[in-house]
Amino acid sequence: MLIQRGSDISSSEITPENLCHNRREFIKTASTVLGIAAAGTIIVPGCTTNVEATGEPQAKHGQYDTTEKPTSLDDIASYNNYYEFGTGKDDPARNSKNFKPKPWTVKVEGMVKKPATYDLDELIKGLTTEDRIYRMRCVEAWSMVIPWSGFPLANLISRLEPTPSAKFVEFKTLVDPNQYPEQRRSFLKVLDWPYVEGLRMDEATNPLAFIATGIYGKPLPNQNGAPLRLVTPWKYGFKGIKAIVNIRFTDKQPVNTWQQQAPQEYGFYANVNPMVDHPRWSQARERRIGEFFKRPTLMFNGYADQVAQMYSGLDLRKNY
Amino acid sequence: MPKLNPWWILKPAVFVACLLPTAWIGRALWLTYQGLDGGLSANPIKDVTEFTGLWTLRFLMITLAITPLRRITGLSSLIRFRRMVGLFTFFQGVLHWITYIWLDQFFMWGEIAKDIVKRPFITSGMLGFTLMIPLAITSTRKWIARLGGSRWQKIHRLIYISAVAGVVHYYFFVKSDIFYPLAYGLLVTVLLGFRGWHAIRTRTLKPATTYSR
Repeated sequence: MLIQRGSDISSSEITPENLCHNRREFIKTASTVLGIAAAGTIIVPGCTTNVEATGEPQAKHGQYDTTEKPTSLDDIASYNNYYEFGTGKDDPARNSKNFKPKPWTVKVEGMVKKPATYDLDELIKGLTTEDRIYRMRCVEAWSMVIPWSGFPLANLISRLEPTPSAKFVEFKTLVDPNQYPEQRRSFLKVLDWPYVEGLRMDEATNPLAFIATGIYGKPLPNQNGAPLRLVTPWKYGFKGIKAIVNIRFTDKQPVNTWQQQAPQEYGFYANVNPMVDHPRWSQARERRIGEFFKRPTLMFNGYADQVAQMYSGLDLRKNY
Repeated sequence: MPKLNPWWILKPAVFVACLLPTAWIGRALWLTYQGLDGGLSANPIKDVTEFTGLWTLRFLMITLAITPLRRITGLSSLIRFRRMVGLFTFFQGVLHWITYIWLDQFFMWGEIAKDIVKRPFITSGMLGFTLMIPLAITSTRKWIARLGGSRWQKIHRLIYISAVAGVVHYYFFVKSDIFYPLAYGLLVTVLLGFRGWHAIRTRTLKPATTYSR
């Protein structure tokens, strides 16, 4: 008689899946580094490194990139939700032609060592620009793959030196009825301006959180949020606040615009979650722009390894 | 020389006009499929869904406007277009329904059933569409005769519920810009309100005319 025995390994000894991936990632990174070290004079076959003529490794290009085919610039720059310019998908491209992303100032305030209004160039001077190919999942169940350029939000935040009491960071979009037609509308106004978004500090300093200043190596098109736009690829697209003019550090959870507009439909976290539906539609699947069939939506938009630990113990059904 | 009947021209002309939206979206899809600019967005399937939905609602409004227009203008012959426009409403509704069943849900009937039960957005749309099916079936002369005029008319009042359900469906669809759903809501209110007003007026007038004789 065969008596089946339980596993000898106690569950606490099993490496969590995310660590496995991290390890694999680590080995990949490590071998690249070793490759560079060994390269000195020898060229390692098949080992491509991002080493510039100066010998400075180009900022971590590749580590967080998806290998999926990027959406065309044409589609990225013509299919947008940017309600300041209009509620139609083609409105932002059409109505943002005369938008002026330069000169641009950003007010930094709240629980921060150096509250000030910065000229944009001054604010981001010296921050190393890098590329990130991220998936973007809209709450409306469509998605894209976008090659952003910009810098990690963490790098900007550490430069601004928030005080330890700061638990959240809040962003605001420009208010300028001269440039934004929807901000001139008073009858059945679509949203309360300015557009507000927020992140918990640990989310904001997560390596994935990114400030985009460009797409496909070119300056950010106006309709995509020029000159400065937040990118949080594990969250629904509406968290990616555009044309940022205000950064405020606070100890209170900000009320973001869509949460304020429809609290039963949109929350503060807005993490991509195929298990928690929007009240009016399912979030289980998505249509990748350019594809015919829908594809399954991944937990945290496929970035669980990088972000899931931030939400352990949090009821994601309640904190949608 | 036989007298030319204007209906021989007018009816086909209206028929062709009613086909124009479908011709436009068909051409746009064909161009997009060939990699050309068909005037659609980066998400053509969503475009088709929205286009056919909007045109269902528009044809429904036109259908509902025929009776009030007849009464106001005295052009009773407008009735000759009602069945045709009504059937075009159903045709747009079928196209819209197919985009949902096929392109949105890919025939996952379990998911569809869940959607209908769980989401008022889908429930309202399905209700509006389903109620149009008996109207399309009984639109023939044979069915009018079989049912008898007054019974047939009663059944065809289902279109009022379809119209309200359609507007509710549209209202649930938009994220925050409720201007157009409200505009269509107002239009339905006027079109149905006219019927109510007319019914009350004829009811109060009838005894008066009877007694005056």
